[in-house]
Amino acid sequence: MTAVTARETAVPAADIRKRGRFLVAITILILSVWVLAPIYLLAINALSSPAQVNAFPKSLVPGMETESIAFFLGFAGVLRALGNSILVAGITMVLAIGLGAPAGYALSRFDFRGKDAFRIMVLMTRAFPLPLLALPLAVMFIRTGLDDTAFGLALVHTTLALPFAVLITFSLFSGIPVELEEAAWTLGCTRFQAFHKVVLPLVLPGIAASAVFAFVISWNEVFAAAVLTIQNRTLTAFLLQNINVSPMHLKFAGGAMLVLPALIFIFAVRRYLFAMWGIASR
Amino acid sequence: MAEISIRNVAKRFGDFTALHSIDLTVADQEFMVLLGASGCGKTTLLRIIAGLESPSQGEVWIGGGRVDHLPPRQRGIAMVFQNYAVFPHLTVFENIAFGLRMQKLAEGEIQHRVNRTAELMHIEQLLKRYSGQLSGGQRQRVAVARALAMEPDVILMDEPLSNLDALLRLEMRAELKGVLAESKTTTIYVTHDQVEAMSLADRIAVMNKGRIVQAEKPIEVYRNPAARFVGSFIGNPPMNFLPAMKAENGSWRVADVVFKGPTSEHDEVAFAIRPEDLAPSGTGLPAEVRVIEPLGPHVLVTCEVDGHLFRAVLDSDLELKRGQTIRLAPSPDRIRWFDPETEQSLQAH
Repeated sequence: MTAVTARETAVPAADIRKRGRFLVAITILILSVWVLAPIYLLAINALSSPAQVNAFPKSLVPGMETESIAFFLGFAGVLRALGNSILVAGITMVLAIGLGAPAGYALSRFDFRGKDAFRIMVLMTRAFPLPLLALPLAVMFIRTGLDDTAFGLALVHTTLALPFAVLITFSLFSGIPVELEEAAWTLGCTRFQAFHKVVLPLVLPGIAASAVFAFVISWNEVFAAAVLTIQNRTLTAFLLQNINVSPMHLKFAGGAMLVLPALIFIFAVRRYLFAMWGIASR
Repeated sequence: MAEISIRNVAKRFGDFTALHSIDLTVADQEFMVLLGASGCGKTTLLRIIAGLESPSQGEVWIGGGRVDHLPPRQRGIAMVFQNYAVFPHLTVFENIAFGLRMQKLAEGEIQHRVNRTAELMHIEQLLKRYSGQLSGGQRQRVAVARALAMEPDVILMDEPLSNLDALLRLEMRAELKGVLAESKTTTIYVTHDQVEAMSLADRIAVMNKGRIVQAEKPIEVYRNPAARFVGSFIGNPPMNFLPAMKAENGSWRVADVVFKGPTSEHDEVAFAIRPEDLAPSGTGLPAEVRVIEPLGPHVLVTCEVDGHLFRAVLDSDLELKRGQTIRLAPSPDRIRWFDPETEQSLQAH
């Protein structure tokens, strides 16, 4: 008798659990499709011939035609814009890590007044809308001669990338037990030698990942690039300017070229991005 | 020659005083254990000696030179950390060689010293491995070998065995004692494990709330605790304490038994006896048996004497029943007395 009642109540409980799991699965599916569908459409259209792109109904299999991409790359100014993008992203990467990693180290190793406030402030810089700053920045850049230069734009991009660089390297350095450094000190190292011989080799992969992340932030940024450059446009700014007036298949090719490096880089460093938010995936 | 002398050292973290004016001298080649519960300041003291922490006041001398202004690398010390701190990106060989390379020794000398210390710690077959491929016990051996290879004047150890499982800890303890005696270095060893302290130490410095309560030979610390804290901290089970009321002619009444005791201006002092210094006898303290725990060679009996918890380690042949009242007589020369206010030991006549 009691066994029967127990079973009767157990069944709905298991049922609810099952429904819950179903709900989670559906949510994950929707979110994934939300992100993946545009990327997929971009990919098949970039890899199709102009005729296929404009045809209806559309095929869901790429035609594996590279003529759009080839034409796009041959388009006047694209390669130069690509070069500018790489230059700006490169400078951003160096500046963000060069300034961010020491800040991350200080945050993880030293106790100082206003440490928590500093961490919040670092994040707060992301709360400033770039359009608000664009006009005064443009005026200032013109006055100082930084306008339309790769370095000037890289400075703006560094501002955007720096908070992430600080927080990622902070979590990297925090992952290295301080005893390792202390052991090195007792074994004859100065502070600098201990950092160089013990800490650096251990964080280098993570530093590389966060450098790549800074690179991607700069690579993807379009607003400041469009406002602050005229002759030396980066790829994003160049596309923004030219793609409106291009035929459909070229838009897709341009979009794909823009997305691809970012996708590859983000995929390569995903582990460290998770670590940044405290979700250890290791 | 590496005598360590700590003079009037204190350490404050904001409002919290971790160490109150510590004075301690450790003789050359002595094995000194700092023993205390967590938070008593023992690790802070060790880190001050190592130079990883700077004292708020006072001086640290090693080998006749004042070192408290020097960084760790210039103090002639080597340290073994609780979590071993074996460098994960280096092989065992390079870990042990790390300090030697910093000293810029010749490659032949490095080879020689690494091999010798590895052999001493029985890890010569692991030299090519990385830390991730080692067990906890093996890492511990690497950490000790790395310290020994430096041939330091002083070895500092911060709870080096506390992360090992019980059996391994026992084995490493005996091994450490042998190796360190051989190496003729001065050793300061921090632990919260009293058995470890008793078995390793030439001298134990018992610490409590940022003070050294007693620093003497293990058997002295055990037999003649300088303060009530030491008696209650050392020994498993710890010392028993009972209130003693002043009776006539310098005698003291404990439960319904009168003992000869110390002179004191107080009307009540603490009477103390170790559980193993009790034997059943017709004239002893009346004890009501509460719990009986057979331990093999002995039986641990928890009783109530005069309303106080009281433990005795008795012969396992003894027939006892719960609720029974027995009489337990303390060995007269093992009775200790403590002042109720200062909690310091009182000398009996």
